[in-house]
Amino acid sequence: MLKILKYSFFDLIRSRWSYVYFLFYLGLGSVLLFLNNDLAKAIITLMNVITILVPLIGTVFGVMYYYNSKEFTELLLAQPIKRSSIFIGQYLGVSLSLAMSLIIGLGIPFALYGLFQSNEIWDFGLLLINGLFLTLIFTALAFNIALYNENKIKGFSYAILLWLFMAVIYDGLFLMTLIAFQSYPLDGFSLVATMSNPIDLSRILILLKLDISALLGYTGAVFQKFFGTGLGLLVSILALSLWVVLPTLNMYRKSRKKDF
Amino acid sequence: MRNNPLHIIFFVLYFLGTTLATAQKEIKVCDTCTFTSLKQAIASAVSGDTILVKPGTYKEYNVVIDKPLTIKGEKFPVIDGEDKGEIIRIMADNVTIDGLFVMNVGTSYTSDHAAIRVVRSENFLIQNVVLEKLFFGIYIEKSNNGRVYHNKVIGDAQDEYNSGNGIQLWYSNHVVVEQNIVQKVRDGIYLEFSDNILIKDNVSTNNLRYGLHFMFSNDDVYKNNTFENNGAGVAVMFSKRIKMHQNTFKKNWGMASFGVLLKEINDAEIKENVFEENTVGINIEGSNRIVYSGNNFIRNGYAIKVLGACYENTFEKNNFLYNSFDLSYNSKINDNVFRNNYWSGYTGYDLNKDGVGDVPFRPVKLFSYVVNKTPETIILMRSLFIDLIDFSEKVSPVFTPDNLQDATPKMTPFQ
Repeated sequence: MLKILKYSFFDLIRSRWSYVYFLFYLGLGSVLLFLNNDLAKAIITLMNVITILVPLIGTVFGVMYYYNSKEFTELLLAQPIKRSSIFIGQYLGVSLSLAMSLIIGLGIPFALYGLFQSNEIWDFGLLLINGLFLTLIFTALAFNIALYNENKIKGFSYAILLWLFMAVIYDGLFLMTLIAFQSYPLDGFSLVATMSNPIDLSRILILLKLDISALLGYTGAVFQKFFGTGLGLLVSILALSLWVVLPTLNMYRKSRKKDF
Repeated sequence: MRNNPLHIIFFVLYFLGTTLATAQKEIKVCDTCTFTSLKQAIASAVSGDTILVKPGTYKEYNVVIDKPLTIKGEKFPVIDGEDKGEIIRIMADNVTIDGLFVMNVGTSYTSDHAAIRVVRSENFLIQNVVLEKLFFGIYIEKSNNGRVYHNKVIGDAQDEYNSGNGIQLWYSNHVVVEQNIVQKVRDGIYLEFSDNILIKDNVSTNNLRYGLHFMFSNDDVYKNNTFENNGAGVAVMFSKRIKMHQNTFKKNWGMASFGVLLKEINDAEIKENVFEENTVGINIEGSNRIVYSGNNFIRNGYAIKVLGACYENTFEKNNFLYNSFDLSYNSKINDNVFRNNYWSGYTGYDLNKDGVGDVPFRPVKLFSYVVNKTPETIILMRSLFIDLIDFSEKVSPVFTPDNLQDATPKMTPFQ
């Protein structure tokens, strides 16, 4: 598995898209910092970017990589290698190279800016951890979709639809539910609904760290009370990990049975 | 009756002579003097005397000043009340207190013990006084035409129910409160039923509840004060014709905090103030005919939150810079005027280069309208879906009042 991981990883590292992705984050980070001059504001803007773009790129890249390397995968399948290690290796290769572009691309401008002397380092760290998780989650979901769909076009559409659902439609449904049931206590529901969407969960985790929680009123207080404790943080990390582990397990299960 | 100039000169000289004669009488208080306590000195003083308190510690409480005296401290002598009750009570006109260090006022649940209380007196002057470990600080009760100048009130309040206010005015008119520093009490400056007051150049910070709090106090002027990091900001209620100019309201950040809370305030002027990093810059309820102009709203959660029944207010020439919400408005009817403001969220253009944007700016986002209806939805803040519906509402307003807009938004901020 490690060998395949290494191969996928270096294959991607050499590819143009990794560079584009890396340069995009590098440029974004530098522009935000050196034109804005406010670390906290830059982190908020970055949060918007990370919770929207990282999942999108993770999904598209994951699906694309799977379909592109299909012939090579079939060649590998002919070899005496465990199936799961082929797919998991590829998955880890893609997601780790994406995560690396993200972390290095954003890390360089922030480090140059003097992040290590500033109090915002924890917020920034949280931002990167969330970015890492989102990459892992959405690449895994993309691999799942690709495994289930032989048809490229179908696979791509499902992947985009998945992203659209998680990033936009879910929040719309969430909002409508809140409005429809506004006469009921909704704190518990909000907590669960936030927990079950990784994009929402990362957004709330970052928002609460950014001292914006006072704006969030009573519901915010409930959230702050929950996420402010060690238990809350643990539960949310657990929820994010679950989002990584479950699709990966499914990938493992599916790849074993799949007929090529 | 004819006025003889000689008579007038004679009378002037006579009064001058008598006042000079009495003013020169100075009574010293110190450990080795004839008088070792403030109480003894006051008892034997006559009207117009000056009592000079030498450096030292004087353990006294319930000191009553019942004749026009000047009490002057040298190098801040300490008057220690030992938590037994009220310390100094002024019950005569023309009293001056200058340069004392008063501490350890007794806390009581039945009476408002103060470090210095002025009762039914005119022309008082309290200056250069330092108050520490207090319950109430300077309490002015039914007293007019006085001045509270350059004092320092440092409390150590922990809970609202057993702490008092720094400077309190009750049924007192024409008082000047100037250059005081008030910290860590319940309400920094508190006014009730007090008209024609000038509050100027004060700094009120870190108070448990409000930096400034007033009710039923008309025609007052608040100028150049700083209110920072108070539990709930500044609350002003049920008052008419007040003027708030050049004040700074800063860092009142918390669940129920605001820069200023206006409730039933009419015909006021709020000009050239700075509202920075408050949860809510101004929270307005039932306030009419107020002119807001030249204010800076910087990085607040809500710059302005209008809770209803607010009519004929004018907002002009303000800067709205990087607030999460510029305006929250919960009614469909708008009778308030927004014009010539600078909004950092404005994305319009100015083709004729006259400095005024060509398309109107709508300060109410759909999301702030939704949050008003269902507060729980605030947790969706900054999600992509919210940005999308905000954008669509901006393009074609459906839910927010149609005429709630700034038709002449400025392209560049006011300096």
